[in-house]
Amino acid sequence: MTVSDMNSKDRTRLIQIENITKIYGNGQNAMKALDGVSLDIHQGEFVAMMGPSGSGKSTCLNIMGCLDTPTSGSYHFDDVRVNSLSRNQRALLRKQFLGFIFQGFNLLSRTSALENVELPLIYRKIPAKQRHVLAMEALETVGLAKWYHHTPAELSGGQQQRVAIARAIVGKPKILLADEPTGNLDSTRSVEIMEMMKKFNREEGITVVMVTHEPDMAEYADRQIFFQDGVIKSDTLMEGQSC
Amino acid sequence: MLIRETIFLAIRAIRRNVLRSSLTILGIVIGVAAVISMVTVGSGATQKVTDDISGLGSNILHVRTGQGMRGPGGARSSADAFTMEDLTAIRNGVAGIVAVAPNSQTSKQAIAGNSNWSTTVIGTTNDYLLANNWPMKDGREFSDNEIKAGGAVCLIGETVKEEIFGDESPLGKTIRLDTIAFKIIGLLEEKGQSNFGQDQDDVVMIPIKTLQRRMAGNTDVDSIIVSVKDGVSTSSVQSGIESLLRERRGIKQGDDDDFHVRDMKEIIETVTGTTTVLTALLSAVAGVSLLVGGIGIMNIMMVSVTERTREIGTRLAIGALENDVLLQFLVEAVVLTSFGGLAGIVVGLSAAALISHIIGVPFVFTPGIIITAFLVSALVGMVFGYFPARKAASMNPIEALRYE
Ligand SMILES: Nc1ncnc2c1ncn2[C@@H]1O[C@H](COP(=O)(O)OP(=O)(O)OP(=O)(O)O)[C@@H](O)[C@H]1O
Ligand SMILES: [Mg+2]
Repeated sequence: MTVSDMNSKDRTRLIQIENITKIYGNGQNAMKALDGVSLDIHQGEFVAMMGPSGSGKSTCLNIMGCLDTPTSGSYHFDDVRVNSLSRNQRALLRKQFLGFIFQGFNLLSRTSALENVELPLIYRKIPAKQRHVLAMEALETVGLAKWYHHTPAELSGGQQQRVAIARAIVGKPKILLADEPTGNLDSTRSVEIMEMMKKFNREEGITVVMVTHEPDMAEYADRQIFFQDGVIKSDTLMEGQSC
Repeated sequence: MLIRETIFLAIRAIRRNVLRSSLTILGIVIGVAAVISMVTVGSGATQKVTDDISGLGSNILHVRTGQGMRGPGGARSSADAFTMEDLTAIRNGVAGIVAVAPNSQTSKQAIAGNSNWSTTVIGTTNDYLLANNWPMKDGREFSDNEIKAGGAVCLIGETVKEEIFGDESPLGKTIRLDTIAFKIIGLLEEKGQSNFGQDQDDVVMIPIKTLQRRMAGNTDVDSIIVSVKDGVSTSSVQSGIESLLRERRGIKQGDDDDFHVRDMKEIIETVTGTTTVLTALLSAVAGVSLLVGGIGIMNIMMVSVTERTREIGTRLAIGALENDVLLQFLVEAVVLTSFGGLAGIVVGLSAAALISHIIGVPFVFTPGIIITAFLVSALVGMVFGYFPARKAASMNPIEALRYE
């Protein structure tokens, strides 16, 4: 079965990328990070993006995450044309629909796990009490409820990444974007993290797009996209995955 | 973002770097403390001067020859002196007057037995005591006959008594001024220092006639002191005196007066004018220090924004809008300078209390200046925090996230 066959099925299309390019710099220093990429991502998918270093995976993910804009081509998120949105409107999209997980965790230092998880809710102007309850729930789902008052420095790398996941899902995003979420973790921790993301994908129906270098981690996804030199080399649905 | 959370966040960010934050706001603290202490001590001084001068009698007019403070210095010497007839004319010709006293002064050695003391001799009448609201401690005032005939009698001030007679009663004793022996008939109540630091009790008063005839050898009256009735406007009396003296001195229409009438209000204005100018000047210096403090804030906020680039990138990625980040840093700067302002107010008031105590002026608490100082320091934070906050808010999230 090919990806385009999938499109005919009645799953909601969340992301539609059409022939986008991204060029960094200009003149002699111009660097083509993406060179005509098209892809659709549907609600509920778990997508792994793979490929050699410098092939444009992060660039593509950042564009999906409305953190960056393509040089040409069009990008629709949930049928909204992101290209024509202002900086502030893109920030609003991020706030409402997107959850980010980074390789370096990016937790606020000297700030407790609970407060880190509460952060997105603060920006959504959710009152303190409710915020507290929601953040504790999110910590519970990543198995860190007991650690809520610990600061990142007092947590292991795996725990930090779980806090980051709690922070990404606390606002019930439509899509979870992760750039090498296990890149800084040993294999045991990595498996924990992947199991967790898989669980959110299955049970909560959160769409996951993840960049990874490790084939083992990519196994968790039901679709693998290979990048090379700024173009998609292959896009395969995995065997045995339910669609 | 919610404002309470923003303020909380700002306080936490400031507390993370207590030493740096304290050094940063030092400029603001000094600036605000300077303004507060200067203004407080300044109004204390103004109040003291005003109190002192009105204590002298705010209803007193001084009539002098010459053109007063505005005129050229040489004018006085060329102008004719007043005479006792001028005083009589004022008393009879201008309404609303309590007392009109002549005032001619000279410096003399006062000698009694082995003691001698250099003092001020005032030739005047009993009206001088009335006009200055100056009671007797002991003895009596001049009699009409002594005034008219120019008797060799005198009233002495507390200082002269202390210096020459010590604890003894001076009444009935004799002191010599030059070669003339004066009988002491009265002792004046203690009056203390004048505003200009003179000891007012260092005085010997003799009848004006005695001074004119036996010391000066003329009929001049140097200046006239007029005390105005309560409820009568001093300016109407002032203009009454002016027109009367112009006529008596034969000053043609359009010519300048060769005398001037000053009231205490004018003196108060002169003195407070000086303190106001001084306060304004010092406040300007303080303002400059606030400006420098503001630049310090801007500098540190720029450093802070750069240091926290990754944090800013993370916040932008997880849902912060540009305005949230702007507000965060702006509030941080404002909270910082407001702390500075508060500390400055405390330091300034303490310094003012201390200085007031040392120089002996009342401590005048001015709520207006304190509120203003606080608002100005908050404003400094807003103005100088804006640029760094703008820089933070306009960061590219990807570059910020990647920042090492
Ligand atoms: N801000 C930038 N300015 C200039 N060039 C950039 C910038 N970001 C990325 N690039 C370039 O674009 C290309 C694609 O980068 P990208 O980060 O998307 O690669 P990647 O596939 O994520 O690689 P890695 O696996 O190493 O993370 C690279 O050659 C990179 O040097
Ligand atoms: Mg990358």
